[in-house]
Amino acid sequence: MKLDPLSLAAAQHRLTALDMVFQAQSGHPGGSLSAIEIVTLLYHEILRVDPTKPDDPDRDRFVLSKGHCTPALYPALADKGFFPKEDLKTFRAMHSYLSGHPERGYIPGVDMTTGSLGQGISAAVGMALAGKMDGKSYRVYTLLGDGELDEGQVWEAAMSAAKFRLDNLCAIVDVNGLQIDGPTADVMPIEPLDQKFEAFGWHVVKCDGHDFDALRAAFAQAAATADKPTVLLAQTVKGKGVSFMENNAGWHGKAPNEEQYRIARAELEAQLAAIEKEVG
Amino acid sequence: MSEKIATRVAYGKALLEFAPEHPELVVLDADLAGSTNAAVFGNAYPDRFFDMGIAEQNMISVAAGLATCGKHVFASSFAMFSTGRAYEQVRTSVALPRLNVTVVGSHGGLSVGEDGPTHQCCEDLATMSSLPNMTVLCPCDGFEMRLAVKALLEQSGPAYLRMARLATEQFTDAIPGYTFRIGKGVTLRPGKDVTIAATGMMVSMAMKAAELLKEQGIDARVLNISTIKPLDHELLLQAAQETGCIVTTEEHSIIGGLGAAVASYLSETCPVPVIRHGVPDRFGRSGKAMDVLDYFGLNPAGIVEHVHKALALKKG
Repeated sequence: MKLDPLSLAAAQHRLTALDMVFQAQSGHPGGSLSAIEIVTLLYHEILRVDPTKPDDPDRDRFVLSKGHCTPALYPALADKGFFPKEDLKTFRAMHSYLSGHPERGYIPGVDMTTGSLGQGISAAVGMALAGKMDGKSYRVYTLLGDGELDEGQVWEAAMSAAKFRLDNLCAIVDVNGLQIDGPTADVMPIEPLDQKFEAFGWHVVKCDGHDFDALRAAFAQAAATADKPTVLLAQTVKGKGVSFMENNAGWHGKAPNEEQYRIARAELEAQLAAIEKEVG
Repeated sequence: MSEKIATRVAYGKALLEFAPEHPELVVLDADLAGSTNAAVFGNAYPDRFFDMGIAEQNMISVAAGLATCGKHVFASSFAMFSTGRAYEQVRTSVALPRLNVTVVGSHGGLSVGEDGPTHQCCEDLATMSSLPNMTVLCPCDGFEMRLAVKALLEQSGPAYLRMARLATEQFTDAIPGYTFRIGKGVTLRPGKDVTIAATGMMVSMAMKAAELLKEQGIDARVLNISTIKPLDHELLLQAAQETGCIVTTEEHSIIGGLGAAVASYLSETCPVPVIRHGVPDRFGRSGKAMDVLDYFGLNPAGIVEHVHKALALKKG
């Protein structure tokens, strides 16, 4: 199989995310690792954003509705040039601007303050609605967790996005199947998600959330869909890349200890080295 | 005294009046646009008005999203829902990122009347004042409501605007040169024995109470504190120093509203007796608005009674 050009960046971001959570001894590795390909693709290919013009009214917007997954977001923002990569080491530290959850106005490139689940998608609806009002061509993207869909506000937002025919809005659900207390199927069954979103008036695309080409095709479908918003149901693995974190709800919001970090880092470094070798 | 007008009616008229000079103004409502009077704006500017349905949480966060794109959003519903149901959205989507959203709560207080305690919001000033970055306004009549809307449109940042269901006498328009400034109270009546600091609908009742007190030989000062936050410290400190005791009166719980704010401030600067007149630590009840207000003592006689408590402490 041909290696995707973004595989290298994704492997690097995965390693950075692990480093950030370990250094802070705090944070959310599971849902960050599951969203790495989605966020990497967004910032490398999809979003029309320029770090020299972070307030450009015509820029595309991204709202991390699952706001706890900053270890996936911040490396992508730094890579894009919104702030120095060196600052990632200060993640969650007392005097750092890189707070645990995204804060608009403090972190360059962050369009909305999020962290309380369910609110980000509504804010994204507001941004898309403003775009329609002003005749702008920008697009709005928002990333949600599947556990987040327990929040009633998500479905209020879904109804309103359909009402206003926001085809400039694309939501991505990181369907990793786990939330803090366990499998989503046990904590609060939310399937069938495709039928739910369709019934709410959305165009639904199911895809592999770790496969760049599948994601590219899904984003292209979203951009080509008129008169209704699109949701990507991206199937992922929580904790992706670290063997003992994969599909384990216990790693939702926990930092590894030194021994665990050593093992995790060795695994991610091996993945990175394999990709680098192939790239040459 | 001129016409009787509810502050919510004045609100709708004000939105309509100021819409042309404020193209950034966008109005949202949650299926109560007729009651809040947001519909007055919506009918004239359908492209700048969105009915969000009975979904206040989404409404507030959508307002925040619109505000990030340069809109100045007024989002209205009954106070119970815009500040209660959507409290955390106001906190995290609006107040924390300091966005240009005015949360509007109509039907504040007990004067909702017959709908009863499920709809009588007596906690909104407390919840909204507790949020950093928030401006909290409670205009006393229709004329002041118009000025408040204008002032809000001319400033930026998160705000809460409380309005009432009941039509009440408009009187500030009859006061020569009456002005409204956010953060500034107004001395409506001079006095040296006691200060009655009132907000919202209780302001006109405080004026009536002052007349009753005059008959008893008590010279009461009356302040209209239409900005609960930021509180007019200067005016209150001066009143405390000059009259030696304060009675606050509000159509709101005595916990967390005007009374609590005044007592907190003065206890740290000029500790004089501060007696809080308002809704006791109880839920309201169903009934005709004036009957409910009388039941809880929210009338001029109730204010007079509290003034005597303050004077007794002052003398003691």
